[in-house]
Amino acid sequence: MLQLIENEKIRETVNGKRVITKKPELLAPAGSLEKLKVAVHYGADAVFIGGQEFGLRSNASNFTIEEMREGVEFAKKYGAVIYVTTNIFAHNENMDGLEEYLQAIEEVGVKGIIVADPLIIETCRRVAPKLEIHLSTQQSLSNWKAVKYWKQEGLHRVVLAREVGAEEMRKMKEEVDIEIEAFVHGAMCIAYSGRCVLSNHMTARDSNRGGCCQSCRWDYDLYENVEGEEQALFQDGDAPFAMSPKDLKLIESIPHMIELGIDSLKVEGRMKSIHYVATVISVYRKVIDAYCADPENFKIKKEWLEELDRCANRATASSFFEGEPSYKQQMFGFNAPKMKWDFAGLVLDYDQETGIVTLQQRNYFKTGDTIEFFGPDIDTFTMEVGQIWDEDNNEMEVANHPLQIVKFKVDRPLFKYNMMRKENK
Amino acid sequence: MTKPELLVTPKSVDHIKALLDAGADAFVIGEQKFGLRLAGEFSVEQVKEATELIHSSNKKVYVAVNALFHNDRIDALDDYLREIQNIGVDALIFGDPAVIVAVRELGITIPLHWNPETTATNWFQANYWAERGAKRAVLARELSIDEIVEIKENAKPEIEVQIHGMTCMFQSKRKLLGNYFLYRGEAMEIENRKENKNMFLHDKERKNKYPIYEDLNGTHIFSPNDMCLIDELTELFEAGIDSLKFDGVLHSEEYITTVTNLYRQAIDAYFDQGEEVYEEIKNELLEKIEEIQPPLRPLDTGFIFKETVY
Repeated sequence: MLQLIENEKIRETVNGKRVITKKPELLAPAGSLEKLKVAVHYGADAVFIGGQEFGLRSNASNFTIEEMREGVEFAKKYGAVIYVTTNIFAHNENMDGLEEYLQAIEEVGVKGIIVADPLIIETCRRVAPKLEIHLSTQQSLSNWKAVKYWKQEGLHRVVLAREVGAEEMRKMKEEVDIEIEAFVHGAMCIAYSGRCVLSNHMTARDSNRGGCCQSCRWDYDLYENVEGEEQALFQDGDAPFAMSPKDLKLIESIPHMIELGIDSLKVEGRMKSIHYVATVISVYRKVIDAYCADPENFKIKKEWLEELDRCANRATASSFFEGEPSYKQQMFGFNAPKMKWDFAGLVLDYDQETGIVTLQQRNYFKTGDTIEFFGPDIDTFTMEVGQIWDEDNNEMEVANHPLQIVKFKVDRPLFKYNMMRKENK
Repeated sequence: MTKPELLVTPKSVDHIKALLDAGADAFVIGEQKFGLRLAGEFSVEQVKEATELIHSSNKKVYVAVNALFHNDRIDALDDYLREIQNIGVDALIFGDPAVIVAVRELGITIPLHWNPETTATNWFQANYWAERGAKRAVLARELSIDEIVEIKENAKPEIEVQIHGMTCMFQSKRKLLGNYFLYRGEAMEIENRKENKNMFLHDKERKNKYPIYEDLNGTHIFSPNDMCLIDELTELFEAGIDSLKFDGVLHSEEYITTVTNLYRQAIDAYFDQGEEVYEEIKNELLEKIEEIQPPLRPLDTGFIFKETVY
């Protein structure tokens, strides 16, 4: 049974039919301009990106100020907005250049920053007041009274800790009038974010400044120290001690989150491919739109779940939103499932008259392969690849050069940014 | 130059007596429902008893309310703060801003020490929380000596730095040990062992051993080494650091008492007899710690002389 909140205008009745009037924002990750464009094209209302400074994921390909400008302009055409993550906990040496950086972000038209360190919050307020300030999950925000604190500090939005459950979110919404952003899909820290320095100790890389080396995902052996004697708490053949959580997947909880009035539903993964972003965003887009249009008759479609699985390379779980995760939501002695479909090409152009698609190759494929096209403007369909040509119309049998421009015949119309997958046999 | 406070973590009320004799200036106590990774568990009654004892020696007592709170403990936090207010302790140690809101709403007058552990990394933050009521900032243990000195130069509140003991590297809300045993179908194994707090993870590649335990707040994993700065205190003394903390979590009462006394000797030597005397005895003090150091706990200097990249 869904928890209904009455103090916020989330829903109303039109002609005897209940509709959702407060549609949450679908927030996508993007590690590059190309990913940003794909995310927006596939239905994201907002995209979060990293700049070249002050953000975590220091090894993600991050945006220059000029790329941010282009991203903002592109998003604007779709009515979408851009947020920039500036969520490091700064050391003294990181304080230089912050003001200029925030002013530049503001000037290019970014809507807000996602931030953890009060240094950056206060500096932003002072030098770039047009930017919205969103509290990062790095602050491990887990209770309504702390939410109230950040509201009193004038923040626009808070991103909750990943450890917060549905009932806790309901209470936060009830107690405090502030936008709430919650994760719905993607990889997650197994520690409270910001409260883990395994990387610092194990590899001298600062996890809270973007250096995380994911040591939590390694295997360890568990021992007990009994009066100075080390006794193994495992036997030969036992799976090692592991701290790897299954990835978050809340697709089936989206209706519940919408009814709670959560303002922004966030997909994680700035390092992921355009294929991942396109697949995940398009599916969540469909779920949100379908539920809001007709909540009474809403049902999760099997095809949506199958579609999501096509870009999954790790097992998934509903950790914390649906209650304290059990051991079943961790991975022990577990081999990742192989992806059933590979991303094989990105549509650049389609010639209506000749029926020829121009494609950028993203993975090996050849004449005779079974492939699938999908995109926001087409119904997904499967076909067999016929004759392939290169850019200069030379015949070829295999497309085996990354990013090569190739062409072949497709008898249904395609559009720019549609994607092609190949079945992984 | 003012003498820094020597702050320690007692395991029991009786232990406080021994630590007062050993030369401790201040004590961190509390209970796991509100405080994180405490050396001992003190009920409200025991906090009262401890406070009387500590105050009768003109020393200070701080109560830890530095948990990452979820909604389920917010009401209990209010009640707890009222009780602690009546006892008259010298400070509350907090990390979660919920405590700031609660203190304001309840009119609590106990001074606040800001200690979020890993995220206290620059002087701006220290001053930010000072403006919101913190009298002291406790710095992250992942900082270098240069960073600590620069923070002290620019910070308005008192600065506290850890000088000895284990540091927490990781806190998860999940029951990671329980889950591991459950996965293997051995639920009782964890129940039998939970109270002992003597498990560790072996990292074969780095040849490190990380203590790990579970409590109300989740799963905690600790540094493979005990930091020990007894022979490296000069720069901290010169910088004027206000409080030097020895965190005795997961150590025995005897060890905590002995090490406290050795730091007492180090601080007194420097401030009462001069830098030369400290320089003369510091290696001897270090050797005394090495003699009683548990074999599974090598000593190092934490991040004081170690750079991190990112």
